[in-house]
Amino acid sequence: MNTGHFRTPLLHTPFHTRLVAASTCNEWYAWKGYTAPARLTEVEFEYFAIRSSASIFDITPLTKYRIRGPDCIAYFNRLLTRDIVALAVGRVAYCLWCDDAGRLIDDGTLFRLAEQDYRLCSQERHYDWLRTSALGFDVSIEEETEHVAALALQGPTSCAVLKALGIGAIEMLKPFHLLNASLHGRDLMISRTGFTGDLGYELWMQPDTAGGLWDAVMEAGRNYAIMPIGSEALDMARIEAGFIQANVDFVPADQAVRPGRGRSPFELGLAGHVDFRKANFTGRRALLEEQRRGSRYQLVKLDIDGSTPAKDSFVYLRRRKVVGHVTSAVWSPTAKTNIALASLQTPYGTQGDDLWVEIYYKRELKWERKMARCRIVAETFYDPPRRRQTPAANY
Amino acid sequence: MNSDRDVIVIGAGHNGLACAAYLARAGRKVLVVEAAAAVGGAAATAEFAPGYSVSACAHLCHQLNPRVIEELALVRHGLRWAATGLDTIALSATGRHLRIAAGGASVSGAGVSAGDTAALADFDARMKRFARLLVPLLDQRPPRLADSDWRDKLALARLGWSLRRMGRTDMQEFLRIAAINIHDVLEETFEHPLLKGAIGLDAVLGTHMGPRSPNTVLSYLYRLSGACTSRAVGIALPRGGMAAVSGALAGAAQAHGAEIRTGTRVARILVEHDRISGVELAGGEILRAGTVVSNADPRTTFFGLLGAGRLEAGFARYVKNIRMRGTAAKLHLALDRLPAFNGLEPASMGNRLLIAPTLSYVERAFDHAKYREYSPAPVMEIVIPTLNDSSLAPPGKHVLSAIVQYAPYDLRSGWEQAGEQYRDRLIDTLAQHAPDIRDCIIAAQVLTPVDIERRFGMTGGHWHHGELALDQFLMLRPAPGAAQYATPLPGLYLCGAGAHPGGGVMGSVGRNAAGAILSGAA
Amino acid sequence: MKKYDAIVVGAGHNGLTSAAFLAKAGLRVLVLERNPYIGGAAVSRELHKGWTYSNCSYVCSLFRPEIYRSLALARHGLQVIPYGGGITFTRDGGYFGNYNDHEVKRREIARHSRRDADAYDRYEVDVMKQTRFIRPLLLRTPPDPASFRPRDVFELLYLLRKFHDLGERQMYDTLRFWTMSIGDFLDEYFESDVIKAHFAGSGIIGTALGVYSPGTAYVLLHHYMGDIDGSIGAWGFARGGMGAITRALGAALQSYGGEIRTDADVARISVREGRVAGVALRNGDEFEADVVVSNLDVKRTFLRLFDEGDLQPGFLSKVRNFKIRGSSGKLNIALDGLPSFPALPGGSPLMTGDMHFTDSLERMERAYDDWKNGCWSQDPYVDMLIPTQIDPTMAPPGKHYMTVFVQYAPPRLATGDWTDADRQAFGKTVIDQIGRYSPDFENLILHAEVRTPRELENEVGLTEGNIFQGELTMDQLLFNRPFPGYAQYRGPLKGMYMCGSSTHPGGGVMAAPGANAAREILRDLRRPNTVPGDAGDE
Repeated sequence: MNTGHFRTPLLHTPFHTRLVAASTCNEWYAWKGYTAPARLTEVEFEYFAIRSSASIFDITPLTKYRIRGPDCIAYFNRLLTRDIVALAVGRVAYCLWCDDAGRLIDDGTLFRLAEQDYRLCSQERHYDWLRTSALGFDVSIEEETEHVAALALQGPTSCAVLKALGIGAIEMLKPFHLLNASLHGRDLMISRTGFTGDLGYELWMQPDTAGGLWDAVMEAGRNYAIMPIGSEALDMARIEAGFIQANVDFVPADQAVRPGRGRSPFELGLAGHVDFRKANFTGRRALLEEQRRGSRYQLVKLDIDGSTPAKDSFVYLRRRKVVGHVTSAVWSPTAKTNIALASLQTPYGTQGDDLWVEIYYKRELKWERKMARCRIVAETFYDPPRRRQTPAANY
Repeated sequence: MNSDRDVIVIGAGHNGLACAAYLARAGRKVLVVEAAAAVGGAAATAEFAPGYSVSACAHLCHQLNPRVIEELALVRHGLRWAATGLDTIALSATGRHLRIAAGGASVSGAGVSAGDTAALADFDARMKRFARLLVPLLDQRPPRLADSDWRDKLALARLGWSLRRMGRTDMQEFLRIAAINIHDVLEETFEHPLLKGAIGLDAVLGTHMGPRSPNTVLSYLYRLSGACTSRAVGIALPRGGMAAVSGALAGAAQAHGAEIRTGTRVARILVEHDRISGVELAGGEILRAGTVVSNADPRTTFFGLLGAGRLEAGFARYVKNIRMRGTAAKLHLALDRLPAFNGLEPASMGNRLLIAPTLSYVERAFDHAKYREYSPAPVMEIVIPTLNDSSLAPPGKHVLSAIVQYAPYDLRSGWEQAGEQYRDRLIDTLAQHAPDIRDCIIAAQVLTPVDIERRFGMTGGHWHHGELALDQFLMLRPAPGAAQYATPLPGLYLCGAGAHPGGGVMGSVGRNAAGAILSGAA
Repeated sequence: MKKYDAIVVGAGHNGLTSAAFLAKAGLRVLVLERNPYIGGAAVSRELHKGWTYSNCSYVCSLFRPEIYRSLALARHGLQVIPYGGGITFTRDGGYFGNYNDHEVKRREIARHSRRDADAYDRYEVDVMKQTRFIRPLLLRTPPDPASFRPRDVFELLYLLRKFHDLGERQMYDTLRFWTMSIGDFLDEYFESDVIKAHFAGSGIIGTALGVYSPGTAYVLLHHYMGDIDGSIGAWGFARGGMGAITRALGAALQSYGGEIRTDADVARISVREGRVAGVALRNGDEFEADVVVSNLDVKRTFLRLFDEGDLQPGFLSKVRNFKIRGSSGKLNIALDGLPSFPALPGGSPLMTGDMHFTDSLERMERAYDDWKNGCWSQDPYVDMLIPTQIDPTMAPPGKHYMTVFVQYAPPRLATGDWTDADRQAFGKTVIDQIGRYSPDFENLILHAEVRTPRELENEVGLTEGNIFQGELTMDQLLFNRPFPGYAQYRGPLKGMYMCGSSTHPGGGVMAAPGANAAREILRDLRRPNTVPGDAGDE
């Protein structure tokens, strides 16, 4: 590495020139050291590309680790809260990892690429923790964020786009499965995964083939209304799908400075991903204890009256007592509902509680404040069947 | 659990034996497994040349917990003293020695001022008052700071109360002095360089610190804690060497029904459904028990026997970070006759002899250890036990045993390389005080920290199973999460010097650990 | 003879702060300063025509923003400008750059060690936890744990509760942190020598301890717990040099009606009927006051300004045993131009940051060994800056001012007291070291002021040249500072107070001791408090 890196504090992904060409509004932000688009054209159109046709989003900045070695399974079973013994080669698993106190460090996806070869993708960086967790195991851990370019191709026509690209049998790829393909003689890995709660795929490739692949996908998608998107549209979709995000809906336990700020998987509604049948994993004892004593918080989905997103709002019981706060909020254009994720203190947050959010908003420079009634909903705000169907729908 | 025993103790060091004895006394069925052919661990007597034996590691007993002696009736089980209340003689190469009388409160010798005499009495009394504050702490499980039960709260309250009860002046002085370095205190208090050197050496013996390192007052108080109870025997030589202590402990354990299997190496600790189920021996044999107590050092216990992968990652990181870099070596000489020490009458030679002429000599010796070099001018604690205990050598012959500092475990040039040269260096140092010593030597043995690690299975060759410093003391020893003898793994306990209160032939860790096991669910 | 409500001895930043808050409360206050200028160790002086030197302290971070604001120092001309980054040059011609930008810093650390790049985030979080624990204590008076007075009990409970609120694991980590050496602490995070050496500097600056001495991890906080505009751990320059701080404090004091006299060397604090009565100057002038506040370190205050008979022998022995060891020296250099550092790429922002030339903990520790042996470090640890790149007011256009903090330098040499020849040789050692990394540096030197602990003691009045007015070790912190029983700014006689860095929370241009002392004085006088409390952090 040369020493001139101070001149470019943010890196460019291999798709950068394509993104620049696609961008009409020039709205960028820093995502884990990379320049990434907040939006490229207009958020509404980008959002509907996810929900009604196909969107492509550059996910190269996702932190990616390659973990190999004979002890991989034992290692992951110590690291992660779920049991991955059953994760076969060619499969992907959504997983969580906690610190000793049972507080969530991050969530991510684990790809089993070969018998003793895995890729772990997450929002935050974890090399230090992954290495610490490797004490006593024969595994090698290597960060490969810069060496693997990735695109999320999401939306109801995404399967059709891949077919048009000539990926055979793509419609038979089940959710959380992956396949290796070859495009113009270059390797391409495709997984049926995503952050939108819709039919979609993630494409993984060598950085030097990235530009060509982008062009090919865009060409193949021309008849399927494909559109490059930025993070704002994606964020709308992920809230609709009820997915949590690090440093938005929870503070990664290893980044929390103030005591008590971390959240356990139970407190984030992720109990289903904790497997106590497994004898030994970091956080197990604390989580068992929490299961016994009860959690401090719970994460709920809220349906809020009115149409103004309740960003950063307090949640009140009977309009008076603060019982929590909203972590993510958006107007759902598909559900036509004002939705939010909120963290509520125990014991509040059972269905039927008289809950309100306080919303501040500005109309023509005048600030308004309103109390809006909200209801806890159990089901995902938007959960189309095509998300899970195999063969994938061919729109 | 289908087994005919309740508890397996791994390692028959003095703490393992003490723990086993207390558990057996309370009616538990206990099996002690020891890899070596004999019990004792580092509290052993070894024949290093035909007919010549010596305490292999620690060679003087000054901290052995009187409660352990009494409660386990060690005297009944064969513990005899060849000598008690030894004086300490701070050697001077010119023969102008200082003698610090047993108990430590008075000093005599050439050039000792009246000021120093008075100051020592005062210093010794004050230090013992402070050390006495530690005694109850050393005899109990360290309190947890949160999620604590009533015992922890009581322990903390008692500590607070005994601090207050010391009176304003002492309390303020204690709070000031607890983290300070011995060098400053000695410079504030005394004039005579030999006196300062001798006390300074006591504060750093067995540690990776020099007199100027903060924390050395604490290690001095720790050392004194053994000397400040009314039943203390002072600096003592067990008859037959340290094996006498472990032999008596083993006798006590067996008398209470504990079984001891020597020559039995544990390969790993077994876990089933996240709790301890027993141990597997090196030969593959499986011994079952719901409670396993490890006398091995924490790193050996957790990483070597249990496997780091069995631990939660944050706890494993604590274990990895335990500082346990041994810096003491051992020199054993078989002597054809008694050497002549400059200016020292033979009658005095049976005492504890120190080579630590000045504080800066000690400090400079330490400086080399920081850079992974051995001290070219080492400090030594020397005993010639045969003057008090003829059983250790053929008639008329003698052995000399010296603890030598500093000899860092991870010597930059490697101990293989240093071997001969290092031994010569040590003998040269002795020869400055006893010029004819070379002519007396029949055989010589040096145990470097690497040898000590290999022989006694102590990681880093650290006698205390982990540096004894404030950041590894009390509820931080050996690491948060395992400081109350119980470990994060249900059924696994620690009883070695790596746990509170720490190293030295005290028996306190074993006693406290047994208390923790008996009061727990085990 | 003129009578004042309070006399402050010494116009350092703490003395002036104390005086300003007392004057703000309506007291008639007089500050007496021995030198012809105010400022103590926070001064800007022109020793070479056209150049302004920050002769002693040279950068600013710890100054409590609550005090800045409450005394309206901006209105009195103070501006603090942040600067970025730091660098440690390595012997092999490379360097480690501690960039401000997190991503650039991360890539820079990764250049030395991939592991360390991620470990750095953990390091930062852990240090921030410690910082958050200590910061609210800065503007509070420590309790006396041996006292049963309600206020002490309450304050002790506050401390215990704050500690307990950390949660179990963090309590243990805090205990470890307070008692560890900076070397051991860094070993738990980093593997790269140069990165460890870079961060270890903060654990030893101003301290007569080495990187492997237990207790030095805590000293790190004295360089991290400050902030500039809410950016915790950031450092800055006072525009026009550190004297700008004391000039603004002096102006604030005068705006409240306080008086300052320079060239007023206090010879004695007079005691009448067991309480202080005023002061007498060396020139024979006398001033009366019921309250005397000393900004001098405790050794100077009680061993030089009092008749021995006025103080108890027990108290005097505490004063004598107070650890106040000089460990550092300073060079101030006027440069004809900006020196070049060939290791750095052109346009590197690191030029404006702190520069160091010690690339391993071992070299730092050996530098300390020299100190123990009574000589200045032959391979010294240096903290060097060229502030004129950010504050051009300190030198003529195109010219530069360089400040070089040097460690270690003992208060007395093994050969005896410092001589002029020693001082010259010391300066040369430092200049040679910098010259090894900057070939044109030596030729650019127009003037150099070399200060050893001797000059720091003689000119500034810091005993043994200790910049913190006393070691920042556990035995001299919080309720132990300066010594047990006297940590509440009150001296052993009625009316006698201490407000220097010898008192809690210690050294650094923080002004907290001065403010805390004023609060205690106003309390004793039953005057309304003018001293702000901790503003907390959101």
